Amino acid sequence: MTAVDVAPVGAAAPEHIPYEPPRAIRWSGTGLLLVFLAVFPLIFPNPAVTSIAVFTMIFLVAAIGWNIFSGYSGYISIGHAAYYGIGQYTVALVALHTKIAAGWPTFALLPAAGLACAVAAVPIGFLLLRVRKHTFIILTVAVMFILQLLAFNFTSWTNGSGGLELPFPTWSGDFFNEPFYYVGLAAAVVACAVSWWVRRSKYGLGLLSIRDDEDRARGLGIHTTRTKLIAYVLSAFFVGIAGGLYAPFVGSVYPQFGFDPNFDLAVAVLVFVGGIGTLSGPVIGALLLIPLQQYFELQFGSANLFLIAYGVLFILILRLLPAGIAPSVTKLWRHVLVARRRAAAAGKTGSGTAQPATATLHTGGDEVAQ
Amino acid sequence: MSILQVSDVKKAYGGIRALDGCTMAFEEGAINGLIGPNGSGKTTLFNVISGYETADAGRVTLRGKDITNAKPDRVFGLGLGRTFQITRIFPRLTVLENLHVASQRPGFIGQLRSWKSAGERGRAMEVLDFVGLTPLAEEPAGGLSYGQQKLLEFAFIIVAKPSVILLDEPAGGVNPTLLRGLADLIRALNKEGVTFVIVEHDMEFVMGLCDRVLVMHQGCALTAGAPEEVRSNPDVLDAYLGSNSGGAG
Amino acid sequence: MLVLQAIIDGILVGGFYALMAGGLTLVFGVMDIVNFAQGILVVLGAYLSYALYSHLAIDPFLSLLITLPGMFVIGVAVYWSLIKPIKQDRVIMSLLVMFAVGTIAEGILDLIFTSNLVQIQTSYVNSSFSLGSLVFPDIYVYAFLMSVVLLGGVYYLLYRTRFGRSLRASMQNPTAARLVGINTDWVSAFTLGIGVALAAAGGMVFGLTNSFDAASSYDLISRLLAIVIFGGFGSLSGALIASVLMLVIQDVVAVVWSPTWGQTTFYIVLILILLLRPQGLLGRKAVRAQ
Repeated sequence: MTAVDVAPVGAAAPEHIPYEPPRAIRWSGTGLLLVFLAVFPLIFPNPAVTSIAVFTMIFLVAAIGWNIFSGYSGYISIGHAAYYGIGQYTVALVALHTKIAAGWPTFALLPAAGLACAVAAVPIGFLLLRVRKHTFIILTVAVMFILQLLAFNFTSWTNGSGGLELPFPTWSGDFFNEPFYYVGLAAAVVACAVSWWVRRSKYGLGLLSIRDDEDRARGLGIHTTRTKLIAYVLSAFFVGIAGGLYAPFVGSVYPQFGFDPNFDLAVAVLVFVGGIGTLSGPVIGALLLIPLQQYFELQFGSANLFLIAYGVLFILILRLLPAGIAPSVTKLWRHVLVARRRAAAAGKTGSGTAQPATATLHTGGDEVAQ
Repeated sequence: MSILQVSDVKKAYGGIRALDGCTMAFEEGAINGLIGPNGSGKTTLFNVISGYETADAGRVTLRGKDITNAKPDRVFGLGLGRTFQITRIFPRLTVLENLHVASQRPGFIGQLRSWKSAGERGRAMEVLDFVGLTPLAEEPAGGLSYGQQKLLEFAFIIVAKPSVILLDEPAGGVNPTLLRGLADLIRALNKEGVTFVIVEHDMEFVMGLCDRVLVMHQGCALTAGAPEEVRSNPDVLDAYLGSNSGGAG
Repeated sequence: MLVLQAIIDGILVGGFYALMAGGLTLVFGVMDIVNFAQGILVVLGAYLSYALYSHLAIDPFLSLLITLPGMFVIGVAVYWSLIKPIKQDRVIMSLLVMFAVGTIAEGILDLIFTSNLVQIQTSYVNSSFSLGSLVFPDIYVYAFLMSVVLLGGVYYLLYRTRFGRSLRASMQNPTAARLVGINTDWVSAFTLGIGVALAAAGGMVFGLTNSFDAASSYDLISRLLAIVIFGGFGSLSGALIASVLMLVIQDVVAVVWSPTWGQTTFYIVLILILLLRPQGLLGRKAVRAQ
């Protein structure tokens, strides 16, 4: 029973122009990307290149995980390096204490790294999610530095600034990177699947509504604390896995590289660049920026240039394109589509008065009632 | 039979007493109108009832249950929904997604299901059809016109099947055609047994729609009764015109 | 006696931390902006005073005559070019922008000065006077006095001048302030300028009393934020009390237990205040709306 007719009387049923490319395109695009990533090391076996590829995978996993919380809920965390570090130290400590063999068995520790982070994230998240958004952001940084401090000082566990060494796999130099790459890729696929599922579940909608208007969401019955905490734990899990992959790849764990503020900067910037809060944003950002960053590091090896470049990039994105690349490309695509349909419709009637669907949005009539 | 009652509720902001010992009872199954001059405390009363603000003193009961100072989600869970004067929808989600947010099911396992499944869609589309927003289902809610956002707000509340609905100035800024449609929606829902409390300034809208009208003045209840009675009550006129003849009780 | 000395030290050091934290909390109170770059701005102030001393032999306290106005202008410029244009989601966006600004500043400073630790070594760096068995290092006493003067100046500005009234009005209700003709943009710009200038002053002392490099900003900003959260966002007196309290606690714990535990007290206090009173000592109770 339609009580109110929103479209103007006499208009034809409006043709709906979708906001996203059709499923066929999206799924095949994803499939192509996956195939490309899968055969990448076979096409470019140069160890220098595959090394960059491994770092890209590590940051990809971390970025997707970070986005599940910070992107979908709107609570930006610039201290997730806390979990990067916990992941690294977990793998290192377990490897050292169980005298696990280097190489493939070390990968079995990845879930442990993720789990350790997930467990740690519960009390931390509980404490942090009690405050307002801006205080939350600050506290994430504080937590990260607390953990760094602990790592430096609890030398009996972490060997402080001396760091921990991990057993080095005995694979030949030419194929050293490939196993790390594929494990990383697998982890990224899992992370992406989780992100996709969150986005289409009712739970995910609750999360997104918190981003838009947390109080209204709560008023409509959403358990905001629980919702946020679950996302927080999920994101910690994946960032921990990224750390757990990084440690055996690099072979050592130090407090300043585990709990590394540069990691936070890199992840935040790349997700913002790609499109924060979207499914493909972290992927685009990671695939775009990390290879560039790693390449420049190899060529110029300077941490300051990294800071300056990323700082400038961050400001540019925040001011010029805060939504990021993915949503902007989609918007552009839609503009083109709308323009084309408009031209086609004008061509059909010959008088150019036909209006495509988007025009009905504002024909509800909004003169203030007398 | 009153389904919603406030007893001697007080709420002050600094020196301003927004609610000054307000006592009212809203009849079950009726469309109750709540009117009063600007500043009489109507929206504050709504905020206190629905849990968005805390009362300094007094009691609020819903079907006999004490909901004084209960949090908004608890009040909502007990079957009382409210709309906002300034629409508060989720701008970055589509209209359909907005509705899905509002129709959260209790229990955690339910949350894991995709909201794109047929069953979920069905209920949401029903409600969208009811308010006439079906063509806009996939549009981002932020792009909706003001009138359409009001309808969406209304849809929010309906989808949860509440037994009491508080409407905060639903007619504000809405054109006459839409207004008539809104009145039809309200009557249709009321026939199914939903109790309404409507705050409004549009007298024609209120008098034409409501079974019973309550009047607020300076933070407390002034009088209550059928629309014609209230209309011709000299005290009500005084309150609106601010005469200083010392009549208001 | 050691404890008493630690308390004295804490109060003296807390004084100049109050400068830096005060700048931070003032800016938040007026504009709802968290100046994440405050740490690196302090370091910038330290480097400026250091450069002026080592190249032009200008005494650090005198160098303030140059650095205070200079950094004030930087603050105003940063506000005007980067913060004012932000239209949506001001609190979060400006926080991230300041975070980025701090990052760039750190990169530039590290580029110019490299990671060699430096410290401003004036002739009076190590001198001190004693009262009984208690030692009062000269620098800290000068710094404390300077902090008193500067903070006193800020209080005077806030409560006795027209600008201060405009500032406090903008703090309480920006819309109403605009309606009565207060140009909230200039008020905000000047406030950020003041906040940055205070960082310059604190930086000068920091440079005198610590060996530092660009990376020192991390530790600083963590502590400053902990102080501001403890004292309550937007409360100048809160920042003052919190600075002194936390520094005293840190120094006492360092003496009674160990310096390492002294460092961690900042964060333990932070966690405690979050659990017991999330709005801080003198902060306003959070209104529901986010």
